[in-house]
Amino acid sequence: MWKWLHPYAKTEKSYQLCQTLLPWFSVFGLFTLIVATVWGLAFAPADYQQSDAFRIIYIHVPSAILSKMLYSSMAIAAFIGLVWQVKTAFMAMIALAPIGAMVTFVSLITGAVWGKPMWGTWWEWDARLTSQLILLFLFFGVMSLYKSFDDQQQAGKAAGVMAIVGVINLPIIHYSVEWWNTLHQGATILKMDKPSMPPEMLWPLLLAIVSWALVSGAIFLLRLQNEIIRREIKRPWVLAMVSQVQDVNTGDNNSPKPEQAQ
Amino acid sequence: MTPLWALFKRDLTLAFHQRAELIQPLIFFMLVVSLFPLGVGPNPATLQMIGPGVIWVAAILSSLMGLERLFRDDFQDGSLEQLLLSGSALPLVALVKVTTHWLTSILPLLILSPLLALFLHLNEAMYWALLATLILGTPLLSLLGAIAVALTVGLNRGGVLLALLLVPIFIPLLIFATSAVDAAALSLPYNAQLAIIGAMLLFALALAPFATAYALRVSQN
Amino acid sequence: MLLSARLFFHILRDTLVVLSAHDLSVVKSDRLLFDKLNFSVEQGGLLYVKGPNGAGKTSLLRVLCGLLDSESGEVNFKQQAIHSVSSSFHHQLVYFGHKAGLNLRLSAIENLDFWCKQHEQNVSIEQIYQTLAELQLVGLEELPIGHLSAGQQRRVALARLWFKSSACLWILDEPFTALDTSGISLLMNKIADFLRSGGAVVMTSHQDLELDYPKQELVLEYRI
Repeated sequence: MWKWLHPYAKTEKSYQLCQTLLPWFSVFGLFTLIVATVWGLAFAPADYQQSDAFRIIYIHVPSAILSKMLYSSMAIAAFIGLVWQVKTAFMAMIALAPIGAMVTFVSLITGAVWGKPMWGTWWEWDARLTSQLILLFLFFGVMSLYKSFDDQQQAGKAAGVMAIVGVINLPIIHYSVEWWNTLHQGATILKMDKPSMPPEMLWPLLLAIVSWALVSGAIFLLRLQNEIIRREIKRPWVLAMVSQVQDVNTGDNNSPKPEQAQ
Repeated sequence: MTPLWALFKRDLTLAFHQRAELIQPLIFFMLVVSLFPLGVGPNPATLQMIGPGVIWVAAILSSLMGLERLFRDDFQDGSLEQLLLSGSALPLVALVKVTTHWLTSILPLLILSPLLALFLHLNEAMYWALLATLILGTPLLSLLGAIAVALTVGLNRGGVLLALLLVPIFIPLLIFATSAVDAAALSLPYNAQLAIIGAMLLFALALAPFATAYALRVSQN
Repeated sequence: MLLSARLFFHILRDTLVVLSAHDLSVVKSDRLLFDKLNFSVEQGGLLYVKGPNGAGKTSLLRVLCGLLDSESGEVNFKQQAIHSVSSSFHHQLVYFGHKAGLNLRLSAIENLDFWCKQHEQNVSIEQIYQTLAELQLVGLEELPIGHLSAGQQRRVALARLWFKSSACLWILDEPFTALDTSGISLLMNKIADFLRSGGAVVMTSHQDLELDYPKQELVLEYRI
């Protein structure tokens, strides 16, 4: 199915696809992010039990959800790359990894910050926090494996295998940690049975999740573009694009370079 | 069958030639375990409480040390190329290598385990649970480890990276294994934990050789 | 009449082709080594791959063996893609690379016996001793390979060419490296014998090939 597509045309095409999608993702992402954050932090009603401290939920929950989604998308990209030998899929995989790691990190930090007023401690070996921590390590594993190779095609395949091994393990890890947690549960944990959220709290949360997804998507598109350019720097289509950009620059501004030199 | 049998015999012969190298992870295993009484104090109750976890963590760490041997020499001297071009099914080759590795590097660790149980004041019920989890769990270490070793074999600097890749994946095993021993300490049944470890082992047995075979091919690129 | 004769000739030639490459492109570390390479090697044919360092000779040979994946194009063994018939292809192939493929802790006998069993060749220990004697390695058979000199190690590795009777294709990457003159002439004769018996050989070498045999040359250029 994929063989008839010439590999170089493929990266060029995906580059152009990124180019067309990028403005939409960035504009909508930023817009919804601002709306959701302001709505959540300033206008949503305060929780009757946790008062204003709960508001961190508008950052914590989107990041926690996104982190798992990003890991899954990374593994899906790796799977596509391994099965259909698509080079661009590996680039997508490695473009996703640092975003995922960052988002996971944010969810850990916000979790800890939330834990301080709620549980009275920065770190509680809570099931979700723990499996989130392991997820962060899985991201690090894929990234460091990729970085260890000189040949990036080989790097893509190796890191791809690791991403898939990780995604198979993710539910097992999650389940085992949850089970471990109930086994060892200490008395300090404040059991929060969440009553169903009132809509005025839920809407900004849903919007926040969407906005996080859009912003991550925009960053991903940008990173994928960079990765494509970096890998294919010597390909004719990149060179053509570069010279085009240079022509535009020298044509529009009346050769600013000599001025800079002075 | 003959090619695989030949491989099995060759790897055992090689392990015999390298017995000094094989003993090192074992000593390391003992050393790590004996550090804990020194670190937390010799109180038998404390040691008994942390014992299962300590033994399992030490087993994971020391298995990481010996794991590189699995494909390193074969990769470096070119035997792996010849193995890839021998016409044998590569997943089976990987499985044979994992088996010999387990027999030569991990089995001695199991044999040492009564001594360590003694060090950490595990009672008899706990020891049998520990042994059962080790018998079921350590092949899982070798099977999953083989994937990561095959992925990093071309890098010549796999050591720490190997640990970084594998330790998160070993966490469920650690949790179920130690909880089985904890259950035994309270004379509760621990069949469920053993069953889960067994299921994970079967799952890995079915899939890991294929992943290892693929990783070995990638290592040649 | 003429047409059918020509067709027959084509079919005949196609059945003689052992290994062929179609539009082969190989990329390594994001560098295009070569692009759209086409060639075929027939029974009794010798393909001699030439080119400067870094031109991709070794990569080409590894692609031909199926060790390395090509970026595009395909390699066929007797009209079938090597990846679809890899088991029978490898059964009829000897690859001799930069790495000797000998374990340094095992003896020559142990190494070769293992190799023969692994490659499903029925070779007795006596035959291995005999061939090692032919390769002037008498007395070194049971020493660990690590104790042998580089040239002696190469000779042990080359003994495989004597053992794989099921092979109809040899892919040899710099087989003469580290060999002395007697070793080189021994190997040259072996290659010539193999070619005359209908085998096909693909090889690279920095030495000039003084082989009294018609050869097809393939020159790779270094690309940036």
